[in-house]
Amino acid sequence: MPAKTKFELKPGPATREAFGRALAELGKENKDIVVCDADLSKSTMTHYFAKEFPDRFFSFGIAEANMVAQAAGMAYAGKIPFAASFSAFVMNKGFEQLRVCVAYPRLNVKIVGTHSGISIGEDGPSQMSVEETSLACSLPGFVVLTPADEASTKALVRAAAAHVGPVFIRTGRPKAPIIYNGDQKFEIGKAVELVEGSDVTIIANGLLVAEAIRASETLEAEGISARVIDFHTVKPLDREAIGRAAAETGAIVAAEEHLVDGGLGVRVAQAVAELHPCPMEFVGLQDYAESGKPEELLEKYGLVARNIVAAVKKVLARKRR
Amino acid sequence: MPKSVAELEAIARQVRRDIIEMIGTAGSGHPGGSLSAVEIIVQLYFDFMRIDPKNPKWADRDRFILSKGHACPVLYSVMAEAGLAPKDKLNSLRKLGSIYQGHPDVRFLPTLEASTGSLGEGLSLALGMGLADRLDGRPNRTYVMLGDGECQEGQIWEAAMSGAFHKIDNVVAIVDYNGIQLDGFVKDIMEIAPLADKWRAFGWNAIEINGHDFPAIRKALEQAQAAKGRPTAIVAHTIKGKGVSFMENNPKFHGTAPNADEMKLALQELR
Repeated sequence: MPAKTKFELKPGPATREAFGRALAELGKENKDIVVCDADLSKSTMTHYFAKEFPDRFFSFGIAEANMVAQAAGMAYAGKIPFAASFSAFVMNKGFEQLRVCVAYPRLNVKIVGTHSGISIGEDGPSQMSVEETSLACSLPGFVVLTPADEASTKALVRAAAAHVGPVFIRTGRPKAPIIYNGDQKFEIGKAVELVEGSDVTIIANGLLVAEAIRASETLEAEGISARVIDFHTVKPLDREAIGRAAAETGAIVAAEEHLVDGGLGVRVAQAVAELHPCPMEFVGLQDYAESGKPEELLEKYGLVARNIVAAVKKVLARKRR
Repeated sequence: MPKSVAELEAIARQVRRDIIEMIGTAGSGHPGGSLSAVEIIVQLYFDFMRIDPKNPKWADRDRFILSKGHACPVLYSVMAEAGLAPKDKLNSLRKLGSIYQGHPDVRFLPTLEASTGSLGEGLSLALGMGLADRLDGRPNRTYVMLGDGECQEGQIWEAAMSGAFHKIDNVVAIVDYNGIQLDGFVKDIMEIAPLADKWRAFGWNAIEINGHDFPAIRKALEQAQAAKGRPTAIVAHTIKGKGVSFMENNPKFHGTAPNADEMKLALQELR
């Protein structure tokens, strides 16, 4: 990604939409891909796959635990199952099965959570998944992805299918601003530097990548040079990019649509502590939210560019001490 | 090569001796539910399933999953007797680094079909395998043994619903209905009766048998194979601790190993 790219951040398709389209494309290329859904295919967008490949689409009803374990059974027998539901349901109701049936024997199962974070909006906290990065990262052997936009989602769904082993992909409900033009290459575990900067680094994923870019533009106008990195892979972490950011900019802000406890930020902090200790600040959720429009919620719960700018100023004050 | 009932009985006796020695030597484990499942698993491995010990990962093989993973000594012993696992290491059960882990673990013993141990999950695994086999047009059949107490898990009934809905007729569930779970008798902990009726209500072909009667087990497996369009559940009435007088119907031996004297006594009874 060139340093001087001007980001228009035009509204693009939701990452769940990009997932559904990518999955249907992959279905054409690899007949071992099978899809499992729990009565949400019209929302998780697996219906595109179901329409094209009805024989390889399995409806499990509202029974996520069984869905995850049957996906594991299919993986034992050589299939590449993608099991999808709202993140809140597949990760929480399927967690035991993810642990014993998928992670422990290291099976080639892909779990896709949609409607993640608070940006699901009006449905409210019972449907808002704000813990699943923590849960997914706690499982040994799992790759954990949180793409930011259409192009990165499509590329990472493809990378997940090619990767042999368990993967969790976190996607969202609302339209996602377009960040990538399609030329960018994506690799599991390799973060993408979107904006060059030398005073501070903003590490973000999902919807917060666009907010981080906006924050960097505000900061630039004030004479602060902020590096922005898209950490689409939360596990395995790109430790090289973290070490470099800590050493070269000396201050890091992590921003994510997830509870701060156990999310991207604390994982980055662990790497920073090991590689090159420097001050850090964290933009994320502290508690459950409420019903509302996605943009109202992101504003109220402190997940917009303004909050990142404030965190940058705070971390820079600590850096100078 | 079909086996006579006398041959199967001789294998079953050896398997029971293995179970007592393995658990007695380990000093911990679950003898009761291992002993109750002996005839069913011996019948499957020695006179029913299509397996090839020389080619254990044969793509068209039949599979067996022990969903009640705590009873793994019976499975390890049968696999060893069948040539799918080393016999000389059986007494390393539950010891550090042993291929014979406390619950079945494919990482340590790759000839197992699945890692199990958390109850309620094996039926889903079997049905997933059944769907994959059907999709690929392979002839495999998958057998999964459930505990009776395990049928208290909600996931069993999520799986049961999906097995009938997807018409997964290449999967057979066998419930080792020995009537005892860790805390006591199943009827006192959480009643599951009428169990065969429950499977029928969920759309399964249900068969009730005496789970220690070899010809009855074989007949039920044949009926399951003939049933098309729906999966079969065999509710096998068994005796917990079967074959060792002081372990039979004794809840203590769900999860307690025999001490040295008890082990000696049990092995004498199983001569």
